[in-house]
Amino acid sequence: MKRIAVIALLGLGIAGILWADALSINGAGATFPNPIYSKWFDEYHKKNPNLQINYQPIGSGGGIKQVTEGTVDFGATDGPMNDEQLKAYQEKHGSAILHFPTVLGAVVPTYNLPGVSTSLNFTGEALAGIYLGKVTKWNDPLIADINKGVKLPAEDIVVVHRADGSGTSYCFTDYLSKVSEEWKTKVGKGTSPNWPVGLGGKGNEGVTGTVKNTPNSIGYVELIYAEANKIPYGSVKNADGVFMKASLASVTAAAAAAAKEMPDDFRVSITNAKGKDAYPISTFTWLLIPAKFSDNAKRDALRGFVTWMLADGQNYAEALSYAKLPKEVVAKEKKALANIQ
Amino acid sequence: MNRRLRWRKFVSNVMLTLTGVCAAVSVSALILILGYLVVRGGASINWNFFTKLPAPVGEIGGGMANAIVGSGKLLLIATLIGVPIGFLGAIYLAEFSGHRMAFIVRYSADLLNGVPSIVIGIFAYSVAVLPFKQFSTLAGGFALGLMMIPITLRSTEEFLRSVPNTLREGAMALGASKWKTIATVIVPAAYRGILTAILLAFARVAGETAPLIFTALGNSFWSPGWTQPTASLPVTIYNYALSPYEDWHRQAWAGGLVLLGLILIINIVARGILARGISVSRS
Amino acid sequence: MATASTSLPSAGPASDSRALLSRLRDGDEIARLITFIFAATVVLISILLVLELWHDSALPRHKFGFAFFRTTTWNPIEGEFGALPFIYGTVVTAAVALLIAIPLGIGAAIFLAELAPTRISDTLEFFIDLLAAMPSVIYGVLGVFIVVPLMRQFIAPWLKRILGFLPLFQGPAYGVGFLTAGIVLAIMVIPYIISVSREVLLSVPSDQREAALAVGSTRWESTWKVVVPFARSGILGSIFLALARSLGETMAVAMVIGNDPKISASLFAPGYSIAAVIANELAEATSELHTQSLIALGLVLFLLTFILNGLARILIVVTSQRGAGTARA
Repeated sequence: MKRIAVIALLGLGIAGILWADALSINGAGATFPNPIYSKWFDEYHKKNPNLQINYQPIGSGGGIKQVTEGTVDFGATDGPMNDEQLKAYQEKHGSAILHFPTVLGAVVPTYNLPGVSTSLNFTGEALAGIYLGKVTKWNDPLIADINKGVKLPAEDIVVVHRADGSGTSYCFTDYLSKVSEEWKTKVGKGTSPNWPVGLGGKGNEGVTGTVKNTPNSIGYVELIYAEANKIPYGSVKNADGVFMKASLASVTAAAAAAAKEMPDDFRVSITNAKGKDAYPISTFTWLLIPAKFSDNAKRDALRGFVTWMLADGQNYAEALSYAKLPKEVVAKEKKALANIQ
Repeated sequence: MNRRLRWRKFVSNVMLTLTGVCAAVSVSALILILGYLVVRGGASINWNFFTKLPAPVGEIGGGMANAIVGSGKLLLIATLIGVPIGFLGAIYLAEFSGHRMAFIVRYSADLLNGVPSIVIGIFAYSVAVLPFKQFSTLAGGFALGLMMIPITLRSTEEFLRSVPNTLREGAMALGASKWKTIATVIVPAAYRGILTAILLAFARVAGETAPLIFTALGNSFWSPGWTQPTASLPVTIYNYALSPYEDWHRQAWAGGLVLLGLILIINIVARGILARGISVSRS
Repeated sequence: MATASTSLPSAGPASDSRALLSRLRDGDEIARLITFIFAATVVLISILLVLELWHDSALPRHKFGFAFFRTTTWNPIEGEFGALPFIYGTVVTAAVALLIAIPLGIGAAIFLAELAPTRISDTLEFFIDLLAAMPSVIYGVLGVFIVVPLMRQFIAPWLKRILGFLPLFQGPAYGVGFLTAGIVLAIMVIPYIISVSREVLLSVPSDQREAALAVGSTRWESTWKVVVPFARSGILGSIFLALARSLGETMAVAMVIGNDPKISASLFAPGYSIAAVIANELAEATSELHTQSLIALGLVLFLLTFILNGLARILIVVTSQRGAGTARA
């Protein structure tokens, strides 16, 4: 009996080691684009059965760290790497790391106000005030004045934010820093800001859940989560003064405005973008691909994938509530592919 | 029957009933959790679940086959690391060691036990991932094995100690050497408890997520061999539970149910196969 | 140690005079050596872990020094980090968890070991062991969907009504917070207490029980005053396991504690624990100082566990009775 068990175990072990025919590429990073990435890599695998691209959503910071350490072949992030991180990568590898935008997302203010069924308007000032802890009641003039006709209760606002570090928080605080000088100096932008007030929910799901279960609360989540969970979210006033509700069109509009002045390395913030159709809390999400590969097979595979992603891949985006890249950006990226060697 | 006796009997009945209440409360928490899992995830358990790879959102027919196999491989390595160290270390503590060494070892084990699983993950990352620039099943098994050690060690030690000295003395009187006594008398006498200890440690690490994220990473495909990243039930459940999709949520619940089911089966099989040995008498 | 008195003459001080090699041929010495190596491995791993944590937390140690323990700010953007709110949260939630789990767990273990028929006891034990296997993320999600609303709608208002004069139970209750985290933790650690305590109670020789009953004690008295003290060390061991788990539990706590790094007297207030903040921020930590501060927190937890374990052991030694089995530290 024992002997059979030992042989079986040995057999499993050997089988495991021998079974390695496909080319495996590993990537890790942002959680926000995980649904579309998992769809893309699955579809691409169907087209290229000998290629397996394994992507794991461990967070933008994790993606940056692991690709810098070299434990994964590529990374992904919602917030672009800063100069310090780029330098660290350069020093460690002797070559650069490249950013490639993939899709666009939006962060929306979601709330739970029993008795209020219409969609609320928010200004950057109001949102900053709420998250700074200065606007404490729902019927505060900052909110009431832009929502005339809506009966707002005189209740305390329960503020909900992200507890874990996240690209969503980065995008939201990036926006707040642009529209509120006080927010910029007091808190600033980052993946884990020191929130003056509020409860922390874990992940988009945690924030959604907390807001859903707590009356008179407000939170910020990615558009996909709001739509999938069918929770109400408000419109935000953009740089041109129009109250825009997040939608695929308004997000792409925000990107289009930025596309004209897009830097060569694609690291750009598109919050509070100009344009009357633009949604002000939008963001690119990026793949982080090394400029130099030692393994030619992996390099060609990733180049092939990005080419496909920029063309056919974009068609899968809207079904999953991600906005497509504007064509100016796509064209620019195609050219930048040559930088991967 | 005098008043004092009546009072003592009353206290006895009340306290014993209270213990029953404690047991009922503890078990009902479990029933509640199991019920929730079954209701939310039961429908998603089908043949596909056990045989197919994960499908992207929106597509039906996906499963957690690679996660189930991955967890199996990880737990195998973890057991191979955690059980020998815990078991043999416990024998040392219970049978051979002096006071000072025992104190140090026990203290270390308790410390190790209290380390957050994520810190164990970081440690395993520095030791088993960074030097090789590779996430792997081995690294994940290593992290889980580390976590198994303290539970196995402390519990096994307690059960070895609880074997009455009469058994030891009897064996000695018959001329058995110390290690023979341990192997043929003490360990079999405590086997039930030792098995409990091992299964408890096993169950604990089977559900751990954080250490695996930094060591085994995760995989949407099959993981060949032992040196590639691998999917595991807890990590897949975690990713699905924190996603916005109802379909993935249901799969997460189903995954939780399957994980529990597998632990239950292993429990039954282990106790069944190893059902032998001296039964210590109970009232 | 009881076994020391029954060791064979060939193993012990008298053997020092024999050569090492001839001693090694003795089966007992080999056994001792082998098991010693494995036991020492445990100590080695703990030391390595501390060294690793120490090495990876150099930046904040140099920058903040001991102020790290006193400061209450946690600001990754400004680069200011302080551990106090997390220490507070970790200790409070663990305390709440143990206060709930210990009485419930020991009570249940007594019931299963002494009163329940074997079949029922074994079956229930199977299921209680399953609780230990539940992934903590599921505890977390269940905490969010079941315990949090319960807390906000029923438990907190009820507690406020009855015990609201204590600062512990004052203030707004959002559902998440120290108490909720403590309750979820309690459910998670009860299986350890029940499982191990039950086994140890079962292994108490029946002559102990019978002797107590023979002198006229009631069932409860024989259990509480004779059997339980006999199993004391095992039960305490299980409590150590529970304590360790409560201090280090990550996912479930992160989902129900509210994740607000503030110190509050009220149990209803949101808080933060060391393990939760490490889990939440480590993957996304952008600056080296941030990452290393999180690891420094891990080191702090190690220190905390060290101290709490020590205090608990002192407590055991101080309250130990003679004759209640072997008293061990």
